[in-house]
Parts: sequence; C-alpha cells; structure tokens
Amino acid sequence: MTGIDVDYVGRALLRREDRRLLTGAGQFVADLELSRMLHVAFVRSPLAHGRIRTVDLRAAAAAPGVVLALNGADLLRLVPPAPDAQLSLPSKWTAAVQHDFLNPQQPLLAHDKVRFVGEPLAVIVADSRYAAEDAAELANVELDPLPAVVDAAGALAAGAPILHEHFGTNRIGHFTITKGDVAASLAAAPHRLRRRFVHHRYAAMPMECRGVVAAYDARSDAMTIWSATQVVHWLRREAAHVLQMPEARVRCIALDVGGGFGVKGHVYPEDLLIPFLARRLGRPVRWIEDRHEHLLCSAHSRDQVHDVEIGFDDDGHILALDDAFTADSGAWNTLGAGIAYNTAVHLPGPYKIANYSSSATIAVTNKVPNSAYRGAGRPEAAFVMERLVDLVAAELKLEPAEIRRRNMIRADEMPYHAGLLYRDGEPIVYDSGDYPEALEKALDAVGGLVAFRRHQAEERQRGRYVGLGIGCYVEGTGVGPFEGATVRLDPGGKIYVASGACPQGQGMETVFAQIVADQWRVSPDDVVLALADTAAIAMGFGTIASRSTVTLSAAIHHASGKLRDKVFAVAANMLECAPADLELRDSSVGIVGVPGAAVSLAKIAAAARPGWDHSRPSGVDAGLEETHYWEPPTVTWSYAVHVAIVDVDPDLGRVSVARYAVAHDCGTVVNPLLLDGQIAGGTAQGLGGVLLEELVYDESGQLLTGSLMDYLVPTASDVPEIAMIHLAAPSPLNPLGVKGVGEGGAVAPPAAIANAVGDALAPFGIEINRTPIRPEELVAAIRAARSR
Amino acid sequence: MKPAKFDYHAPASVEEALALLRRYDGEARLLAGGQSLVPMMNFRLVAPAALIDLNRVAGLDYVVADGATVRIGAMTRQRAIEFSPLIAARLPLLRDAVRRIGHLPTRSRGTIGGSLAHADPAAEIPMVLRALDGQVVARGPAGERRIAAADLFVSPLTTALASDEILTEIRLPAMPDNAAHAIEEFARRQGDFALAAIAVTVAPAAGGRHTVRLATGGVGPVPQRLVGAEAILEQQGFGADTIEAAAARAAELVEPLGDPHASADFRRHLTAVLTRRAVTAASRALA
Repeated sequence: MTGIDVDYVGRALLRREDRRLLTGAGQFVADLELSRMLHVAFVRSPLAHGRIRTVDLRAAAAAPGVVLALNGADLLRLVPPAPDAQLSLPSKWTAAVQHDFLNPQQPLLAHDKVRFVGEPLAVIVADSRYAAEDAAELANVELDPLPAVVDAAGALAAGAPILHEHFGTNRIGHFTITKGDVAASLAAAPHRLRRRFVHHRYAAMPMECRGVVAAYDARSDAMTIWSATQVVHWLRREAAHVLQMPEARVRCIALDVGGGFGVKGHVYPEDLLIPFLARRLGRPVRWIEDRHEHLLCSAHSRDQVHDVEIGFDDDGHILALDDAFTADSGAWNTLGAGIAYNTAVHLPGPYKIANYSSSATIAVTNKVPNSAYRGAGRPEAAFVMERLVDLVAAELKLEPAEIRRRNMIRADEMPYHAGLLYRDGEPIVYDSGDYPEALEKALDAVGGLVAFRRHQAEERQRGRYVGLGIGCYVEGTGVGPFEGATVRLDPGGKIYVASGACPQGQGMETVFAQIVADQWRVSPDDVVLALADTAAIAMGFGTIASRSTVTLSAAIHHASGKLRDKVFAVAANMLECAPADLELRDSSVGIVGVPGAAVSLAKIAAAARPGWDHSRPSGVDAGLEETHYWEPPTVTWSYAVHVAIVDVDPDLGRVSVARYAVAHDCGTVVNPLLLDGQIAGGTAQGLGGVLLEELVYDESGQLLTGSLMDYLVPTASDVPEIAMIHLAAPSPLNPLGVKGVGEGGAVAPPAAIANAVGDALAPFGIEINRTPIRPEELVAAIRAARSR
Repeated sequence: MKPAKFDYHAPASVEEALALLRRYDGEARLLAGGQSLVPMMNFRLVAPAALIDLNRVAGLDYVVADGATVRIGAMTRQRAIEFSPLIAARLPLLRDAVRRIGHLPTRSRGTIGGSLAHADPAAEIPMVLRALDGQVVARGPAGERRIAAADLFVSPLTTALASDEILTEIRLPAMPDNAAHAIEEFARRQGDFALAAIAVTVAPAAGGRHTVRLATGGVGPVPQRLVGAEAILEQQGFGADTIEAAAARAAELVEPLGDPHASADFRRHLTAVLTRRAVTAASRALA
C-alpha cells in the first residue's frame, strides 16, 4: 500500500485556497482590472416611499468624466423588465400547500415610485468612481413623498399606504400548513400558554460587499459577467433574458468571494444592469458596492413576529402548537415563500408534536428587501420553539432540559415522519441522528446541569446572575433540485472536476479535492477544480441553503462511477484482463491482487484519446469525461444542540457569554478543521444577531444604522470560545452520508442566549421573547421587577 | 463612499501649515491620524477644499515632563502614549483611557491632538482632559494661546479652535503619586465609542479630605465635570451611601441625548452606575 491509498475524507487537511488568500494572491471582483473600464455610481432614493416626479440628469451627464447617465424611465425604454426572480416551487408543493402569492419584481432602476431608502433611481457611468459619485450629487431628484410603512403590522393595517398599488394590498403572500387537529387538542390540553415572539431584522454582512464587472465582446457577440455571487448559473439565465442573448454567449464567473451567507444568493438588479451598460457603451463597466450601499440595498433578513399558543400536559408533553406569523419582506419579495416556509416547517424542531399548524403572512414594507441569510427562516423558528419549551418548563417548575428530553424524537424512532411537506414537495422525514444524545453531550461540555445549578445558586447569593440556556434545531440540508459535476481524466492523469457550485470562502477547493481524491485514489494535489464559472459546466444551481457538500459530492460520485467504467474498460484492454478484475490505486488502475500489474491514469488518458493508435477496446468511444446532474431524493436532516452560560450585569444590562458548547451532527465529516470553522463562524453570526446586530429604521423609513459604527458586527473579542462535540450519524440519502453544515451555527444562538438570559434573570420573572437582547431593555425590566 | 475632490498639502512646519490654513480661509481641514476625518470625508459629511497633512510637520510628537506639567505634542500617536513610561508614571489615568480607544490599528494612527480637535463627545481623551483640568496650546496668525479644557469643547465635533489655528500641544498637570483613579465605560463592543463613560481621580488633601474630579464621556454634547457630585464626595467621603448619593447627583447633572443605541434615560442611568463603580474602585485603590 502506498500513502495515497488512504481515505482523505475525514482528515483535517489545511485549506488549499489559503496559500493564495493569505498571501494576497486571491482575486476578488474589485481586483479585476480591464482596459478602458468605466465605473458606476447610483443615485439612490432619499425617501422610503414616494412617487417619482423628476430625475433630471442633465447636470450629472455634463459633469467631468461622465460617459452615460440614465434614469429609470430612460432604462425602461431600453431594457425589457427583469424576469420573475422567485425561486420556483415544485408542483408537488403548489398542489399540496394552501397558498396565495403575489410576486412584485424589482425593476433595474425605480421608474414610477421609490419604495425604500437607497433604492436606485439613476445610474451614472464615468471614468472613475470619484467622478461618478461627484456627478450623482448633481442629479435633480423630485419625489412626491408618501407615508411609509415600516413593519408588517403597519403594512397590513386597514388604510395602510400601499406599496404596489396594482395589487391593492401589502399582503403579498400567505400560506398555512397543518397536521393533526390543533383546535381540538389545544382545547383539551391541561395547560396552555400564549405568547408573542419577535425576531428582529439583521443581515449577513460579509467582509466583501457585492460587486459586478461586465465586458462585452462585439466580435463574438458575447458577454462576460464577473459577480460576487453565490449563483452564477441563475445570474447567467437572467442576464441572457435581459440582454436577449443566448445563454451560450453569456458567461458568468464568481472570482474569490469574501463571504456570502445568503446575501449573495440571488440575482440583484445591478447584476443585470452592469452587463447592459457594458454592451451599450462597448467598454467594460464596473460597480463595486461600498459598505454604505450594502447596508442600504443588499438584502436584510429575519424580521418576523409570531403569535403562538402551545398546549401541554402536566408532565410537559407538548400536545399542540398553533403558530401564526408575519414576515416583513421589505419592498420586494426576493425569494417568494422560501424563507417563511422554512420557518413554518422547521418550527417543531426535534420534538414530537402531533398537532401543529403554522400560518404565514408576508407583507411588503418600505424597507430593504428581505432575503436569505444563514439559516434562512430557521433562527426565527428555533427562537420560537425553544423559548416555548423553556416557558413550559417554567410553568411546570421543571428543568428545561427535562422538557426537551420528554419531547425529543429518540434515535430508535428514526427515520421519523414529521407529517409535513418540505419545500421540495417531499414529505419531511428526519433521516438519522440521536437528538437526546446531542443534548446530553452539549450539557456535559459546559460542566453539566447539576454543577451549574449549584454554581448558579451560589452566585445568586452574591447578587450575581448567571444563566444556562439551550437551543436545539433540526435543519433540512442539501436541497434540490440538482447540482452537477463534470469529471474528466486530464491527459496528465489528474482528475478535473467542474461544477456550478460557488465557493465564498468555505474551503470547497479543499473538501472537494478530498472527496475526488478518494473517488479516484489520487492525491488531492492531483485534483483540478473548476467552480463558479458557467463556461465549465452547462447547468448548475449554486451554493446556497447548506447544499453544496451534499449535492456536489453525490454528483461527483455518480459522474466518477460512470467515468470509472470507461476508464476500466480501456485499462482492461491495456492490461489484457476483465474490467471486473481491476481496482483504482495510487493514480493508476491495477489488477486486484497482482502488485505491479497496473497502468497509470495518464497512460489510460492517452490510450482513450480519439485518433490513430488508441488503445480503446471496440465499442468504447473516445474521450474520458462524464457529467452527472444529481437530483437528491429530498433533504437530509442535520441537527444540533447549543448550550450557553451567560453572566448578566443587572445594572448595565450587559450579557457576557461565559461558556458556549455546540453538539451537532452533519453526518460524515469531510474535513474536521473546516467543519469547526463553519460552526464557529455561524455561531459568531448568531451571537451577533441576538446581542449586537440590528437594522434600525425610524418611523419615516430611514435606516438609522447605515454604517459599521452603528451596525454592530461582533469582533473576535466579542465571541467566546466554543466547545464543539461532533456526532456523526451518516445520512442514508447520499453516497457519502454527508449532511449540510453551512448555516446551522447561526440557527440556535438567539434561542440559547435568550433562554440563558431568561434563566439568569428568573428571580425577576423576566421573559426574553424578542430579539435583539438590548442592555437598555434588560435594565428597564430588572428595575421594573425590583420596584414591584 | 468616495470623498469629494480636495487639494492635498503636506507642509513641513507649523508656520507653513498656518499659511496654508490662511490661504484656504476656513475651507481646509487639518489631517492628523485621520481615523475620524477620513471616514467622514468618504461619507461626504465633510468636503474640505484641502487637506493639510500634519504628519510631516516636525516637532509635534513628544511627551516631556515640565515641572508639575506633562506636555504632549499634538501629533503624538495614541499608541505612543499607551506605552510611554512617563505617562504611566505621571498620568496613569490617560494611559488607562487611551487603552480603551478603538483598536490597535486606530490607536497606531490616531493622535492625542486629533482626538481633542475632533471633539467627539464620547471620546476618552477629551474626558481625561476635562477630568485633569488640562489645557491645550493653539497657534494661529496672532501667535500662541492656551485654551482650558472647560473652554475647549463647544458642542459635538466643535471646539473653540479658530479655523486658522492649529492645536500644537496638550498640557496636563501630573497626577500626585498618592492619587487614585478609575475609568468605567459602557460600550456594546470592545473598542466602540462609549455610550457612557466616567473618569475619576481622587487625591488626598489636607485634613484627611480628598480632592475628587469626575468627568463624563458620551452623556452630553461635550465632556462635563460633575462638580456637584464631586462636592458630595469631597465633603462626605467614600461611604457606600455617600457614593450612592454622588452617583445619583451625577445622573441629575448630565444632559444626555438619545440615539438608536441608548436612550437619554438609559445614559442617565448608566451615568449613575458608572459613577458608583468608578468612585468605589478609586476609593478602594486609595486605601
């Protein structure tokens, strides 16, 4: 055996991409330099809601360095409207789920009304960004102000100003899912609780903002678009539509991308407008979003209000749960039912709840459009469910962990049929795992519950308030409809793999090299990857929704299987044996049990080439390349339990996270090092969301947190050490047994921290039912409790 | 987020810089560390006709003892103050305050004079200048003048410095060896501007009494001395009830503004809590 004949999957290999990224050799869209390139700045709406009277660009167009200035009305005459950007839902879903949706589509530039502060009204193209911004200040914008709606309740109130007047309503989406008999079981329940839960608006805030560069080649009538996106093939499809070009003449590439987390997971107006400008002007055009623009016009997320009633028995068994919620979509609904539906089906979490109903209402408001951000509707769900469990515990004076134990689905109940439909239209079946074990391990990792309760009692004697909080979730990952892989044996014997998956820093080049290395018994160094480039593979879906490791590993597996059959056929011909006698070993194909009887992959590649003197057997055509588009049967279910111990300063309202543990299961672990990074990063974002980050609007729809001085992203010194426990119940739904892990870290922290703070402040009877946890509100609640 | 067009000058002397200020007649801005001014220019909140860069002006970077006074050149980096043995020995309050400013990169560029001239009401250095009753030296066309801490800060981001003047030096009275001090701040994240901050010094005085100085940050338009609260402590000492009374008085004396991060009421509450904690810590350090 040689060193190569060992599994690479499961090993903590260092990231291949880090050499270039850490030495400054990475290339992001803002690093792209093209000859004669022009620069874009936007004229943006200063008002949240208004009718456009004039966007006069005469002075701007005459400013030094300006090449083109267009307003929304100009553009409407030049470009067909953008196609429906909604994620399509399968007919299995639309037939089964009671729903009602309107789909307002954001134009490339506003032309009739403005609907949020920052919405682009006009585009200026100039020799430099400086000149473009100077000219943008010269635009003469006259708007007739309209009253703004800044939350879902306001949007749905009678007489509310209507954003999209042709609909006659701000209620642009509604659906209900249900199982069992909620009304009857609630009525019969020995105990009932009713609460409102609010999960506020925050956003992904990647280190790199968005950016688009486009170049048109007149000779071949072809467009190249470089965008900091998670979905190159989706972008190409929409760009081809807007430009009225065949997809084959549009190439979309994502270079190194500095974080996505969902905010780059759909197509934005700029992705389409910049290529249009490049073709119209015959010069490359570049728009790099700055941080202020990012806060003002890249998607925000969360922002839901739930009204829930839960029924339970004397032992804390949950009998029924009735949830009704509103989701504030902002001015345009980028993902249709996607996020709210995620919330609804993930809300029951790891618990057996026989009677469940969730009814969602999506409202448009005069705020930035809402889209997916790490978790995509699941942090809201986990917050509601996990707070409810703690409230049940408080009501029955039982330990919150005990309520969880009594309601959790056990390992021997797997696979568990949840009785709901996933958004892929398939019945939800939790496929594998041991939820109670995760709970116990996470509790052990913070020192155990018994020890903590003793410590807590001692601290309370000293006037100090510490609390322990649990946050559990389950998460459907690896959603379809598909991802594809082209696998090719390169003439030099290396394995080339192309896919539409789009890395944004996760380390895909490393994990897929490990996966391919095992498939082909080669070194990861002999794996050549082509990702995030539409020229490399005809169809792709992209990297969103904790899906790439699941879907692309399966596509690689199946494409490799097809290719291996062909490789073995050629090798068998060369070695004069039967294909069934062959195995892959050490970058070659050899006869099983016969050391030395082998032929290298490079020689097989040469033998399979078209032309004279090939060594293919008859009936085997030339070339060694196979493509497989894998369509997962449905999602596979990851889960985790987060446990936080916090210390609350009752005078300052400061919440310090003293200990934090995550026990999770994402199936087969491809690379433990990268896995730890995914969980730590997600957890940091979740902690930021519950404790620091908040997009605050005033009543007129002005964003008050428009810079990173006011929008508080956690820094390294704000994030605690995170203890991690890895469980690994392989998924039965894909060849490698993997489950997605990209988003999970961000799902549970709001629930775990809210429960921990509530536990700390239990002597005051304070419930934390809304995020973020603001020091000021904690202090006010404590003072009010003290004065009672 | 690109600044509007501006001229750039890098004079080598204060005289040259003053001449440039005169030439632009109020339309130029002085560039020190740039940690506040440059972001404001990028947001186009300010659009000066020219930047006059003081980073190449000789002789503005020093920390020297001058009898009972410590003189600090306006262009002395915050990071240099943080590690100055002289500051540690004579002005430990300033050393502790500077450690709380921003982050390593911002302290490496940011200067003491820049922070004072920028006059952010939540900044640490203005609070310390006020607590220690320091003064600054300004040079203008008519020569040099001194401005006391009490007179320097006019309103948020506005000082008594004229548009043709340059702040060249900070003068702080050395703290007595037997003095104690404390700083308490509340910020949402480490390194952020404080939502509320209190600096206190306590120095033994004749007759077993103490001289107390309390100054604020972040709870009013300018850093403020809490003379009424100081008086309670100077007259009644540092018993828990007295400290509580001084803290309550402190909260009455401030006039905070609200913003998305903290309402005026909460800042008032924080003033009391931080005053109590700071005074308690300083009085214990004294003992």
